[in-house]
Amino acid sequence: MNLSESALPGYRHQSEAVRARFERIRAREVILEVRGLGKHYRSPQGETEALRGIDFSVHRREFVCVIGPSGCGKSTLIRILAGLDHHTEGEALLDGKPIKGPGQDRGMVFQGYSLFPWLTVKKNVMFGPQMNGHARDDAERDALMWLELVGLEKFADAYPHQLSGGMRQRVAIARALVNQPRILLMDEPFGALDAQSRAKMQSHLIDIWKNIDITVLFITHDLDEAIYLADRILVLKAHPGEVQEVIEVPVPRPRTPGQFSSPEFLATKARLEQLIHPAAEPESDDEQKVKPHLIRLTDVHDNVE
Amino acid sequence: MSTITQWLGSGADVEARRRMLLGLGSFLLPLLVWCLVSYVPFVWHPKMYVTAPGGVDFFQVGMLVDKPMFREEVADMQKAHQPLPEGYAANPIYLPAPGAVAEAFYNGFVNPPQTSDVPSMPASLWHSIQVIFWGFLISSLIGVPLGILSGTYSAVGRLNEPFVEFFRYLPAPAFGALAVAVLGIYDGPKIAIIVIGTLFQQVLIIANTTRKLEVTIIEAARTLGTKRLGLLTRVVVPGILPDLYRDQRILLGWAWTYLIVAELIGTSSGITWFITQQARYQHFDNVYAAIMTIGIIGFGTDLVLGRLGRRLFPWDSSQDRR
Ligand SMILES: Nc1ncnc2c1ncn2[C@@H]1O[C@H](COP(=O)(O)OP(=O)(O)O)[C@@H](O)[C@H]1O
Ligand SMILES: [Mg+2]
Repeated sequence: MNLSESALPGYRHQSEAVRARFERIRAREVILEVRGLGKHYRSPQGETEALRGIDFSVHRREFVCVIGPSGCGKSTLIRILAGLDHHTEGEALLDGKPIKGPGQDRGMVFQGYSLFPWLTVKKNVMFGPQMNGHARDDAERDALMWLELVGLEKFADAYPHQLSGGMRQRVAIARALVNQPRILLMDEPFGALDAQSRAKMQSHLIDIWKNIDITVLFITHDLDEAIYLADRILVLKAHPGEVQEVIEVPVPRPRTPGQFSSPEFLATKARLEQLIHPAAEPESDDEQKVKPHLIRLTDVHDNVE
Repeated sequence: MSTITQWLGSGADVEARRRMLLGLGSFLLPLLVWCLVSYVPFVWHPKMYVTAPGGVDFFQVGMLVDKPMFREEVADMQKAHQPLPEGYAANPIYLPAPGAVAEAFYNGFVNPPQTSDVPSMPASLWHSIQVIFWGFLISSLIGVPLGILSGTYSAVGRLNEPFVEFFRYLPAPAFGALAVAVLGIYDGPKIAIIVIGTLFQQVLIIANTTRKLEVTIIEAARTLGTKRLGLLTRVVVPGILPDLYRDQRILLGWAWTYLIVAELIGTSSGITWFITQQARYQHFDNVYAAIMTIGIIGFGTDLVLGRLGRRLFPWDSSQDRR
């Protein structure tokens, strides 16, 4: 954060409305607090430090995106918060209580389609409430309500394999939200979707987030997606995974796709690009090992370019 | 609809009909070859069936002799001005014609022999099916839960799999004498051989299938509040069920293979006993009919189970579509 302000005009500059909004967010209680979080993986190949000294907190109904190059520990971080992995240093608190294992207070949406293929859409959504001891009828009523909210009530009796990618992720969101978690953790949930469904899902997610009391921690490697969705963006760097900067997105809400070319948006994007793809990016070791050796397999006169 | 099949030239709509025709063809082609060899006298037919011995003193009516020998004798008789032997080209006794086998097949079920010393085909078959049923049931009662547990909990897997892995290399028939000593001479040792032959493979195959269940599915269930036993009963088991079902179909096929060995142990019985007896009396048409019956039952069961699989697991698009 020691870069001169003049080199990057704008991304820290907030309009009155945006500043007031951040004031309001900061006034809300902290839902998630991460302090000095670290994670070492021990494997036969040796030890990897996936995360080191991660500090941040998320306020109620805040939308926080985590961005960073591949392998910087984004998934590791969110898995620790979901309780699927254990951290080795520091602490992670949800509503002030240390996170130990998975719990109903956190919902998770994975990149891969993690729906239960043997259950219909409705039963997928009913799964959580039933596991948590709700009666069948209550679970069914809740499930139908949430399916309506994500616009899939017509597909209640379909099986996941009959749905498109975007629809499956809607079900996954409904399935996570029906448990009424405090925070929704999403690990590149739209990463496998085509551009069009991805844009649709982004707007849809914002709509959901606006209408219910939910806090979102959203991982992505798509800069536009992060800026479009987030209040704040946590930028990680790799080897070891550390927080590089926390950016307060200056783009005002409500967000529209039209803002993709607004000055605030472009300034933020320029800053993210600078952080994530530094000018002379050295190739990673793995990339260097892969050197394709192309030989001509077509007629020499048959040129395509 | 895989690209590979499309490349190989099977379109979308005609495909079902075409596949059916090809499937039918896969049966008709061997049958056609068999008919050619059996009914067209100049195809193969290395023997002569003697209808009249003529002057050859060692020829008898109904004897099958090699063609060159027959020709030699004919030449000899011509020289000696003796009556010539007569006969027609025939196949060896071990290759009955399709018609004869079909007849044996029909008679085997419709007019089983009344004598009590020769077993009838339906009775033999029913006995075999019972042995298979019990063998496979006992094996599955142990193997399926153990396989699922081994695949789910690595500690359980490590505790039994090395031993199972070792044991599966011990040929099941080698336990025949031991099984007879322990379980007597009737069906006990036969069922035991099928269990020994199936169980160890079953544990390993099902453990593997269980391990292949996608981790994210289990993790998703955990984030939704599923704990220990719930993970096993509500996630792992339903998650692997279609594949488990497919494994069981394959294993059932193996159980049939072990049946043939098992039935020779102790007092011979069942369809294998029937086949051995008929071969001893040189009733090869009955032998073929019995072998085919096994094939038809095995294939038929699998076909029915395949259909059933599609009903049972509508979400599993990989249940094979025949
Ligand atoms: N189970 C594991 N065992 C060992 N190393 C791991 C494991 N999971 C992730 N890592 C390592 O931790 C680092 C961060 O991985 P990950 O969190 O998946 O990154 P991202 O999601 O940002 O791409 C990587 O270097 C990866 O190789
Ligand atoms: Mg990741």
